Amino acid sequence: MGHLRGEQSFPDAARGALADSQLRRNLGHATTTIRGKRAAVVAECDDWEELRLAGEALKSSTMARLDQHLVELEERVTARGGVVHWARDAHEANAIVTRLVRETGETEVVKVKSMATQEIGLNDALAEAGITAQETDLAELIVQLGGDLGSHILVPAIHRNRAEIREIFLREMPGVDPELTAEPRRLAEAARLYLRERFLRAKVAISGANFGVAESGTLLVVESEGNGRMCLTLPETLITVMGIEKVVPTWQDLEVFLQLLPRSSTGERMNPYTSAWTGVTPGDGPQAFHLVLLDNGRTATLADEVGRAALHCIKCSACLNVCPVYERAGGHAYGSVYPGPIGAVLSPQLTGVEDNASLPYASSLCGACFDACPVRIDIPSLLVRLRAQHVDANRGGVPSPEAAAMAAASWVMADHRRFAAAETASRLGRLLGRSTGRIGSLPPPLDAWTGSRDLPRPPAESFRQWWARERGQGRARERGQS
Amino acid sequence: MSARDEVLGRIRAANSAAGHPLARPVPREYARTGTHAPGSAAVLELLRDRLVDYRATVVDAAGDVPAAIAVALAGVDGPALVPAGLPDGWVPGGVADTGFSPAELDGFAAVVTGAAAACAVTGTIALDAGPDQGRRALTLVPDVHVCVVRADQVVETVPELLARLDPVRPTTFVSGPSATSDIELHRVEGVHGPRTLIVVLDAP
Amino acid sequence: MRIALFVTCLADAVFPDVGRATVTLLERLGHEAVFPPTQTCCGQMHVNTGYQREAVPLVRHHVEAFEPYDVVVAPSGSCVGSVRHQHAMVARGAGDEALAGRATAVAARTYELSELLVDVLGVEDVGAYFPHRVTYHPTCHSLRMLRVDDKPLRLLRQVRGMTLLELPDADQCCGFGGTFALKNADTSTAMLADKMRNVVASGAEVATAGDSSCLMHIGGGLSRLRTGTRTLHLAEILAATA
Repeated sequence: MGHLRGEQSFPDAARGALADSQLRRNLGHATTTIRGKRAAVVAECDDWEELRLAGEALKSSTMARLDQHLVELEERVTARGGVVHWARDAHEANAIVTRLVRETGETEVVKVKSMATQEIGLNDALAEAGITAQETDLAELIVQLGGDLGSHILVPAIHRNRAEIREIFLREMPGVDPELTAEPRRLAEAARLYLRERFLRAKVAISGANFGVAESGTLLVVESEGNGRMCLTLPETLITVMGIEKVVPTWQDLEVFLQLLPRSSTGERMNPYTSAWTGVTPGDGPQAFHLVLLDNGRTATLADEVGRAALHCIKCSACLNVCPVYERAGGHAYGSVYPGPIGAVLSPQLTGVEDNASLPYASSLCGACFDACPVRIDIPSLLVRLRAQHVDANRGGVPSPEAAAMAAASWVMADHRRFAAAETASRLGRLLGRSTGRIGSLPPPLDAWTGSRDLPRPPAESFRQWWARERGQGRARERGQS
Repeated sequence: MSARDEVLGRIRAANSAAGHPLARPVPREYARTGTHAPGSAAVLELLRDRLVDYRATVVDAAGDVPAAIAVALAGVDGPALVPAGLPDGWVPGGVADTGFSPAELDGFAAVVTGAAAACAVTGTIALDAGPDQGRRALTLVPDVHVCVVRADQVVETVPELLARLDPVRPTTFVSGPSATSDIELHRVEGVHGPRTLIVVLDAP
Repeated sequence: MRIALFVTCLADAVFPDVGRATVTLLERLGHEAVFPPTQTCCGQMHVNTGYQREAVPLVRHHVEAFEPYDVVVAPSGSCVGSVRHQHAMVARGAGDEALAGRATAVAARTYELSELLVDVLGVEDVGAYFPHRVTYHPTCHSLRMLRVDDKPLRLLRQVRGMTLLELPDADQCCGFGGTFALKNADTSTAMLADKMRNVVASGAEVATAGDSSCLMHIGGGLSRLRTGTRTLHLAEILAATA
């Protein structure tokens, strides 16, 4: 299934991250920066909401005819000299790519940053086959050299600050200038020099795709540094791994997404470079082109009438940058290549919710993600739906303490007399906190609350008792039924 | 069953399970055309502003493209690379591409090309490998890219830009020089692509 | 106007002063407040924790309790959000289209307090007097689910004697999130720490909001800090007079 679930549950993984004050500072600084940039360029667009509505409708319409669009894409790519492969899962995709690289006789490939290849764990699969995959995106390079995992969709090394990046380069980058400073410009220059010769000698490149246009067979990669162009242009063979949900019906549809994506993602009006290619162009770029269309749980996600909206994601990462949970816990806590709010709905759907059951709860449902999403994915509603699916999957057998408590609360609250009786009983809590008026500690599981917060002491009189006393039972009843 | 048939079958089954959602009409209430005509003074001014904002340099040709190119190339050592179809006389001493290898392209400090179209709102230039632009590698490997944009090629909005392009041509959209935001999400110009982008604006 | 008060289970059981303040306020403005006695809970905790099936009887009960009224008000953005955005979905999930229709009708007549005052009753100056330094925290469900926008602030700006102070990063979640506060207690606490830092930095004596639940979380944390800063519901400030 690839890199979609962690070893630990979200709360356990988050605990470690929360204790790392350097990580908290790095994340807080980076997400604050990007939030400001995004807000500024979104405010420039008077028609931002109209673009979002168009993006949402385009995605849902495309999913409704996904089979037809993919068949059309395949036809067009093939007609222009490309070869299309289909992969049911991560294992099959890795096997296809490995075979294709082997057929070239090469043992080294350069890679454009790609979520799909991270998701399937392609680099590990290639390494097992004796093939070295060189990441060329600066952040991916930092992660690869640091022996680390990415923690953000757009900026996988967001958890690292400049000083840490300098240390990684000095330690792991062969031939690096020992006088390297932590100035971002100098760090980018070091990456340029390190990768330059690798680009110039590369014979095989592997990429993902941001969009695949069905009507023309055109693939697009949106990027900033030029490493994408290097990989997509200079080698002899190009292998692109694309999730099946990335197809768009027409070239014209890009007029929506090429406005929504850069402003939501890096907070720019347009990213520095976007490459578009269709099959093979004689004399220009790779003369062998393979497109691998990847399912890996996407069709299972598509089967849920509501949850399928997670497939609309264009991987901009705006939801991560505005998420208070992501900002505190960091991307690694999610245990998936897709962290943050979208990861909390996408990962459990790709793996099956019971395999990733803590992620749908990794949200306070504050709704900032929905407001930021350029294609209007209602992430809070999807989270709530996944929680229900998880609870329903665990029905039958001995109920958990939580399930028993919820069932009891439902029974009590479905009747006002039972509820009033429970209020009276809860007043026993007044025995606690008699001197301070607040309750400072409770037994498990409620100690999760009192670990950091006092609880108010229950009042002497509930509202309904006050109402009955002050406004009169009879009067209330008379009014209630009039 | 082949993977292809199985994946397509799963998609059909999934759409069926989800109640056969309809492909609804897409609302396109967003701005498709700008308020200014292509090539108008207002559009050119906006393009200039946006290019400079993203650290590109703009040189006005003022009717003399070769002179403006010479100004743009003033600080460059050695001959500039040019696509075979660049208008004669634009770059005296330019070396036409004869299919150089990547390593050979790396020996050129600068490249001079035309463009296919440009979008003012985003400061984007589209290259579609036309005769005056050449194959994609030419505008990628040399460190300085001098790009001549004619006024009539400049539109205001992204939809107008895409409408001018043929999807099957290999196309590169360029918005400023190479940049990264990977270190603390601060934008730094200049990584792998040309670190210097000079736009020669050929307006009457 | 005759206005049915949906006091919410939390205010009923733990913060009765919020319900009393709402009644005081409505009566002072010349309206009649009624308390439908069969009301209990909107079921939001169940829905948001995944127990949608258990929420069905609560939704039905809520609809039956409030169906007879033309206007319903609750001193909670979150509970109104649940009524407006979840009740019909829960009913539909249980295959009860008729209940979904009734829930939608009740939801259309249900208002959060600041919505009722500003949009329905057309009042911004409610005649309150509260001589304290106050900062306002817009709770997530008021802000992003109900879109109450600046209505609570418009009401607060008219309160006599009060100094309204800006809350830094006001739109950031306080970290409550219902059972999130228990299931992800560490992350919730980290979010709370930042919210409290901003409340203290605002210089306010009182932090107010339109939701007792978020205030219970923020107030519970502030109580540990012992800075003297306390929390009060928006209704309690608007009900205050000299």
